[in-house]
Amino acid sequence: MAYQAGSLKLALPKGRLLPSTAELLDEVDLGFSDYSDKTRQYRLKSTKFPYLSAKMFQEKDIPIQVAIGNYDLGICGLDWIEELLVRYPASALVKISNLNYGEGSVYVVASNQAEISSLDESLAKLNSWRIVSEYPNLAEVFALNRRMRKFSVFPVWGAAEVYPPEDAELAILWGKNENDLEAQGLVPLMRLIPANAFLIANRESLENKDLSQILGCLSLKFGAKQESLIYDLPEGQKVPVLDNSIQFAPKAQKQEKKIKLALPDGHQQPPTAEFLKKAGLKFQGYSEGILNRRPSTDLDYLSIKVIRPQDMPLQVANGNFDLAITGRDWLLDHLYRFPSSPVKKLLDLGFGMVKIVAAVSQDMPLANIDELRQLVQSGKLSPLRVASEYINIADNYLRDNRINPYKLIPTFGASEAFLPEDANLLIDNAQTGETLKQHNLKIIGVLFESSACLIGNKGSLDSSDKKQNIDLLIQMVRKALS
Amino acid sequence: MENQKCKGMQDLLPDDMLKFRHIEDAFRTCCLEWGYQEVRTPTLEYLHLFTATGTLTPSMLGKVYSFLDWNGWSGERVVLRPDGTIPVARLYINNLICSEAAKGGGEERKELNNSLFTAKPSRLFYVTNIFAFEGTGRENRERWQCGAEFLGGAKFTADVEIILLAREVIRKLGFADIELQLSHAGLIKALIKELKLSSGEEAKVVSRVLDGDWQALMEAKSINPQLDKFLPQLLNLKGKSSSFLQNVKALSQQASSNLKSSLEDFINIATLLDSLSCSYEIDITAMRNFEYYTGVCFQLLADGEKIGGGGRYDDLVPLMSGRDIPACGFALYVDPIMKLLPSEREEGDKSGILVKGKNLSPEVITACFTLAQSLRNAGHTAELGFTTQKESSYRWIILVSGGETPFVLTDCEQKQQRDVASIAEILSILGEYR
Repeated sequence: MAYQAGSLKLALPKGRLLPSTAELLDEVDLGFSDYSDKTRQYRLKSTKFPYLSAKMFQEKDIPIQVAIGNYDLGICGLDWIEELLVRYPASALVKISNLNYGEGSVYVVASNQAEISSLDESLAKLNSWRIVSEYPNLAEVFALNRRMRKFSVFPVWGAAEVYPPEDAELAILWGKNENDLEAQGLVPLMRLIPANAFLIANRESLENKDLSQILGCLSLKFGAKQESLIYDLPEGQKVPVLDNSIQFAPKAQKQEKKIKLALPDGHQQPPTAEFLKKAGLKFQGYSEGILNRRPSTDLDYLSIKVIRPQDMPLQVANGNFDLAITGRDWLLDHLYRFPSSPVKKLLDLGFGMVKIVAAVSQDMPLANIDELRQLVQSGKLSPLRVASEYINIADNYLRDNRINPYKLIPTFGASEAFLPEDANLLIDNAQTGETLKQHNLKIIGVLFESSACLIGNKGSLDSSDKKQNIDLLIQMVRKALS
Repeated sequence: MENQKCKGMQDLLPDDMLKFRHIEDAFRTCCLEWGYQEVRTPTLEYLHLFTATGTLTPSMLGKVYSFLDWNGWSGERVVLRPDGTIPVARLYINNLICSEAAKGGGEERKELNNSLFTAKPSRLFYVTNIFAFEGTGRENRERWQCGAEFLGGAKFTADVEIILLAREVIRKLGFADIELQLSHAGLIKALIKELKLSSGEEAKVVSRVLDGDWQALMEAKSINPQLDKFLPQLLNLKGKSSSFLQNVKALSQQASSNLKSSLEDFINIATLLDSLSCSYEIDITAMRNFEYYTGVCFQLLADGEKIGGGGRYDDLVPLMSGRDIPACGFALYVDPIMKLLPSEREEGDKSGILVKGKNLSPEVITACFTLAQSLRNAGHTAELGFTTQKESSYRWIILVSGGETPFVLTDCEQKQQRDVASIAEILSILGEYR
């Protein structure tokens, strides 16, 4: 991507690292006084260096944005930097310095309800591992380095802590410290990486552009020690000796009568709670603005966990849950990726209605997807950069509309802020379209409408042990619909 | 739009393919003559096939091309085959051991089951590509191998068989001056055991040695003074005959029985190679990444370039199947061999026949096709041409015009032309030159 002459761009984190980063920028006087929790504005201009601008991102997006050269510099946690680098070691990303703030680390944890208290011991005992994590790349490298003989990594959008012990043996997640994890009923087995804030740079920017003034300012705050921050993942471990009957077949599903239900957290929680109340289903810890990740109920055949709606189709597909309430958007995104997945939509629940739309900047001289195709074909917008949380929906939409070539930029929230400078097309959900308008975007196509739905695992629906109770639940839900 | 080739992937052009097929043909011919049978395994395998045996290092597994299949919702990843041997071992376990057992019924079957532990040896070979990520993108990420595996070959005679087979293929390809380096993974592993380190320390020494850092062994040797008598000789000297190993044996009287039996095995192999006049160099330190080998291992070099290697891997099949089946094998690396081979086609080489129509009338076109077919039937290579094109690379050009003198035959080498009346006459002229 062409840079404006002399302009420099900085990617700044939202969320966990924001207050300390704002403090740092203040102290070194970069002129970003608007950078705060309260700002509604994602784009910032430096009042001190006219050539310097900044944009706020989810922390997870920052290493990618810097690596692909959309931003010259970035500040984010070492955890997300390593998550990118372990999978893509050739990325154009340079770690400049530890900034000495940002608490917590990435830990490998098990549940205190499981009999896993030491990794070495368990590695010799267990044949097959399920690891759940927001850091799937770190999880895979961890499993390979520990020479796990068979493992599955489940990438999740969040709530990794609630999966063990039933739905995963291990979770790899961020925690403040060991005590904090123990308080959540987890056993920390290993500390992988500290989540310190780091200054990173795009390699080409560092080689070719004059970043000296900005680096000079920030260097006042560079960490004194440059010690290796990544804890050695032990290599050359002795291969655990197992008996020779290694089972390559997938773990047999335990036959139990309990129905496992997943409920959504986040903004889907209040309407879901209200709906369930209407259906006569009462849960303690899911309604009153208090979130218990394992709500309880009077129905003894039901066990419930609260997870991210994005993660539900995959979790229902692999049998961790029999039923879940999620959005049709996430179900479709899953089915586009895994067409023969054993997940089925059982009922539309009617609430949480959104449209999945394609949007571009209002400054773009086009009104529909056909005009966009012509623009891409003419070579004026090639490759088209597409930002979306729905990678598979976006991929499918672009293929169906014969848009070529394009590049998908997976995002982790606030995707509308990527346009116009860091992406040309947005595939996102919209309730009224107001947010899009505020960001100077316009809708050029509606892909489909999505609302909350009840989804189920086909195997569970056919299981003689579970069928009766599932039917009972569906009846109750149906009643609330009428 | 520019169509770019994926980084690290290679196109094989006609000249490359001539070399490729030349190597493949030499390899196939030798293998078939030694009684090996060809197999082919799929490009995709489950990742756990390669993690399950613990025989590939994490750093190697970290470079596999892995992804979720279309039904990968269980989180199980598949990989583009990163290694040639493990899939062949899987193929053998899945198909060849089982079919031995399945053939029999009733009592006969029971008997066969008992004899599974001495399952009939299988000699298998394959030509395959393997995939491994390479960070710079300057080296190939897809590499071709010609490999042979002797599954169930327990004795040192099997080791010598695969060494000689590998050498024979290389010789057939015209490499006169090849180096054969021998080492012994069992011996190295026994040596490390002699250091009597804690398991953590031992793992560190093993991984340093696997990366080619032999200093690790020398540093640790002070722990066991017995080692001082033969370790420096073993690591620093390069023996050219079994006598060298006999000398080491004499110096290592106090060593563990494990080390002695590895040494004995190595001596057997070296002695047999001596008596078959196969020259070699014993260089314990020449090997790297020999993690899955358990016995002798070897490398072939031409012009200082590694062009092949192999060895004994007795633990692999037991780890995968629980059946005690020893094995050894080798692979020749096609890419470096191609670089070393001279081009098959010389600059300005003329070959083949161009059948050219004087015009595009239906009679002439039909006559061209008929003539070309007759030429091909007689074993010639015949190309058809109806437009003006560069004709310099053909040995013969036949102009087809129909009418009175239907054919004009040009001998491009002698630069002579003559009229020819019939296809039979053309074939007879060409026959004389064959």
